[in-house]
Amino acid sequence: MSENLRFKDHHTEQRLFRNRMLVAIIGVAALLGVLVARLYNLQIVNYESYRTQSDENRIQVRPVPPTRGLIYDRNGVLLADNRASYTLAIVRERVKDMDATIQSLGKLVQLDEADVEKFKRRLQRRRPFEPVPLRYLLTEEEIARISVNEFDLPGVSVEAELVRYYPEDKLFAHSVGYVGRIAERDLAAFSEEDVSRYRGTQSIGKVGLERSYEDLLLGEVGFENVETNARGRVLRVLERHDPKPGAELTLHLDTRLQEVASNALGDRRGAVVAIDVKTGGVLAFVSRPSFDPNLFVTGISFKDYSELRDSLDVPLFNRAVQGQYPPGSTLKPMMGLGALEAGVITADTTINDPGFYKLPNDSRIYRDHIRWGHGKKVDLIQALEQSCDTFFWDLAARWNIDGMHDFAVRFGLGSKTGIDVPVERPGIFPSRDWKRGARGMSWFPGDSLNAVLGQGFVLATPLQLAVMTATIANRGTHYRPQMVMAVDGVEQPPEVLHHVDARPENWDLVFKGMEAVVYNARGTGKRAGAGLDFRVAGKSGTAQIVGIAQGAKYDSEALQERLRDNALFVAFAPVDDPQIAVSVLVENGESGGREAAPVAREVLAEWMSRDFEDTAGLSSWRPPMAPLLSLQSEEMRARG
Amino acid sequence: MASRDYMHRLPDAGSSLRRPESLSRRWHIDLPLLLLLLVLACVGLVVLYSASGEEIHYVKRQAVFMGLAFTGMLIAAQIPLEFYRRWSPWFYLGGCCLLVAVLFIGVGAKGAQRWLEIGGFRFQPSEVLKLAVPIAVAAFLHSRTLPPSFLTVVGALAIIGVPAMLIVRQPDLGTSILIAASGLFALYLSGLSWKMIGSAGLLGALAAWPMWMWGMRDYQRQRVLTLFNPDADRLGAGWNIFQSKAAIGSGGWAGKGYMEGTQSQLDFLPESHTDFIIAVLAEEWGMRGALILLTLYLLIIARGIYISFTAQHVFGRLLAGSITLTFFVYVFVNIGMVSGLLPVVGVPLPLVSHGGTSVITLMAGFGILMAISTERRRVLF
Repeated sequence: MSENLRFKDHHTEQRLFRNRMLVAIIGVAALLGVLVARLYNLQIVNYESYRTQSDENRIQVRPVPPTRGLIYDRNGVLLADNRASYTLAIVRERVKDMDATIQSLGKLVQLDEADVEKFKRRLQRRRPFEPVPLRYLLTEEEIARISVNEFDLPGVSVEAELVRYYPEDKLFAHSVGYVGRIAERDLAAFSEEDVSRYRGTQSIGKVGLERSYEDLLLGEVGFENVETNARGRVLRVLERHDPKPGAELTLHLDTRLQEVASNALGDRRGAVVAIDVKTGGVLAFVSRPSFDPNLFVTGISFKDYSELRDSLDVPLFNRAVQGQYPPGSTLKPMMGLGALEAGVITADTTINDPGFYKLPNDSRIYRDHIRWGHGKKVDLIQALEQSCDTFFWDLAARWNIDGMHDFAVRFGLGSKTGIDVPVERPGIFPSRDWKRGARGMSWFPGDSLNAVLGQGFVLATPLQLAVMTATIANRGTHYRPQMVMAVDGVEQPPEVLHHVDARPENWDLVFKGMEAVVYNARGTGKRAGAGLDFRVAGKSGTAQIVGIAQGAKYDSEALQERLRDNALFVAFAPVDDPQIAVSVLVENGESGGREAAPVAREVLAEWMSRDFEDTAGLSSWRPPMAPLLSLQSEEMRARG
Repeated sequence: MASRDYMHRLPDAGSSLRRPESLSRRWHIDLPLLLLLLVLACVGLVVLYSASGEEIHYVKRQAVFMGLAFTGMLIAAQIPLEFYRRWSPWFYLGGCCLLVAVLFIGVGAKGAQRWLEIGGFRFQPSEVLKLAVPIAVAAFLHSRTLPPSFLTVVGALAIIGVPAMLIVRQPDLGTSILIAASGLFALYLSGLSWKMIGSAGLLGALAAWPMWMWGMRDYQRQRVLTLFNPDADRLGAGWNIFQSKAAIGSGGWAGKGYMEGTQSQLDFLPESHTDFIIAVLAEEWGMRGALILLTLYLLIIARGIYISFTAQHVFGRLLAGSITLTFFVYVFVNIGMVSGLLPVVGVPLPLVSHGGTSVITLMAGFGILMAISTERRRVLF
């Protein structure tokens, strides 16, 4: 191209440039307009919505779980406490790679397969943005290691939590029970309202009073609005509605009495229930062997659980309310009273006991436990004192089963006592109707002979026997047995279920007979009153174990031992003004008078050694200390 | 002051000899541009202090970079335009060689290979091309008759295409687009016929489908999809945009106050001190603040366009126009991306985002702009 041509084009070029640049300027202006419009749209038009989004981002409503109500014994001894525990938790939404996070956590704290597996199961039923526990009970060192590495672990946090602690270990496992982690089964049973009530709460009462008083112990959930950063770390609390702590329960139970009863049973399997005659309050409630309820609080290990479950001694079994045993001769005082009231016998009735009994028109011979008999003229007092079977067979043959049944149920036999411990079983006191319904058979006279001795179809729990004994001691006032004496310091009134009407002289007679058991030369329960400075009335029982005969093919020594008779004893004291009634069961103890009576003696002795002015009622009830405050400071520390 | 001087001189070439040279002219400084850039840099540092979570060392480091960049700008301004034009083929070829080298011996991070390491010093050759390409295209067109003939256009496209393709391969789509844009702006300003622009646009639209299917990587496709449906995956791919929109929107007209932005201060906003820094400003200073920033950018762009109008010859005109429009593209792409109008591509907000190398390149560009603006009137041909 020539210089000439290019030179000539100079102005054209400039014009072209201007032309193009002007279009470009229009483009720039238009695009800037787009940006301004965008900003206007975001910041002015949709301001409210984005403002909300940004607040939702940083502000989260967190449930503040209430502190579970504490449980005290009648003297203010703490039976169920709350302790701070540190839990490693993860918010799923904040974690990019869960497996990698778990892996790196595994290097900081001890994590086993089971932890991870449980965690993954929990993950599936979490609420959005809820921290899901991975490991409980972190040690101080583990907490420190996690804190140091926290920046590297988004979504991972150490949460302070109060967990139940049972300072008395095994002693109250069957009465107070325990809490455990809320399981899928619990969740399935939750109503809409429950779901919100349990927000932030990890535990629920599973067994014992923890379960039956769950509603009171739980308290009301609170909440707080917290500001968090993108990693879910709580920076500050903006607003807080405090939770309402659960109610404090004060029990009738007495720790020292419980200890005495438990020690008196020792290593033997069995149960002891002691009841305050004047109120129906349960003073001691022992089922042995027992277990450590603390194992269950944060989730029991499979090994521990199978050990408890598979033990031949069934420690998880609550013998006091779930164990249905033939009560044996412990029924005799009640049966005697019933016969007196029904006019079947009188104070003067005597029988000749050759050591056996034969029903009319029946060839079967019923043998007394004393082969040579209790004598030619045995009256009610003697029959009770020596536990004469023949006297009661005779009485039963002349009475009828429905009369016996109607009388026995008024003492609480054959139905649940209504105690505030769950999963109670009703036992059986048979009647014609019952047998027809349950067995499809009519009543035989022989059945009555078994029933009057607390054998055959008759089954009762140790608690029922204690209630029966307390009702006798009360001369007929049948209280509902109760564990809880007061809720938040408000005394729960005793509840009279009904009154057994009997003539005073008949009560006297039965009292005398039961006293003779303990004090007469031939009494079967002399060990129950040995060396005590107050008068004890009692009755022994030695009951054959029904239904285990089929197991006899096992020849092992352990099973042989388990085929022996159960030993029972019921007693109350003092006779002139009864305060306490007790029932004792020793499985395979063979002899009520020898094995069970000394246990009853220990319990009565301990209780009667008290100065009642001091221990009765709520005079010594202590207000709870302030575990709430200590938790809050712990929580703050955990958040750092 | 200075600008009025130019206006006086404009219609009358050669009049500069009549007056004594002003100091700024002697040192090749365009005073309005310098002032605007300084103000912008200061605003950037102030916003950065908040965006970095009150970490003064970030701000100090950035200030050092700024100092280097302003020095670079002044040095670039001293170099005669003729030098840039003469040496443009060598800049360009050298840059392309470096890009080829990156493909073979480059080092990288996050799956991209973008750097060369020489004696422990990391260096990104694509930065060189950000200036080398517009200079080369402008110089190429300078020596042709305008409007460009078809062959000229093909030549210019080749000059643009080679480095753009090399950078796409790294991969660095954002930089590649910016470099291509800078070359295309020069071509466009040279008087590219509307017919050609129209047919190129049509071709581009036709190429979109094959590009989508075969030309893009998965993460790039994901970013485009996220743009259209940011709520689909709030905690994954949509997180950044969701959070930055919430940050901008929640700022409202007046903003939440300096260092009071909850989105940025509580770490909800990702990359808050680099690519997404405009969201911090918009959250804390509100729309007021964002408009002030946009006005600053607008003034700088206006000044750049003005300089391009006053340039003495085709090379200066095209180069000034290209540098200015590319600068605008930076601003538009960044703000468009952060506010959810454009897919996420790694384009920093000029002079505000934290980061060293891009600032230096950018300021060198402004240095060239100053060289154009203060060029003595003399005949170049």
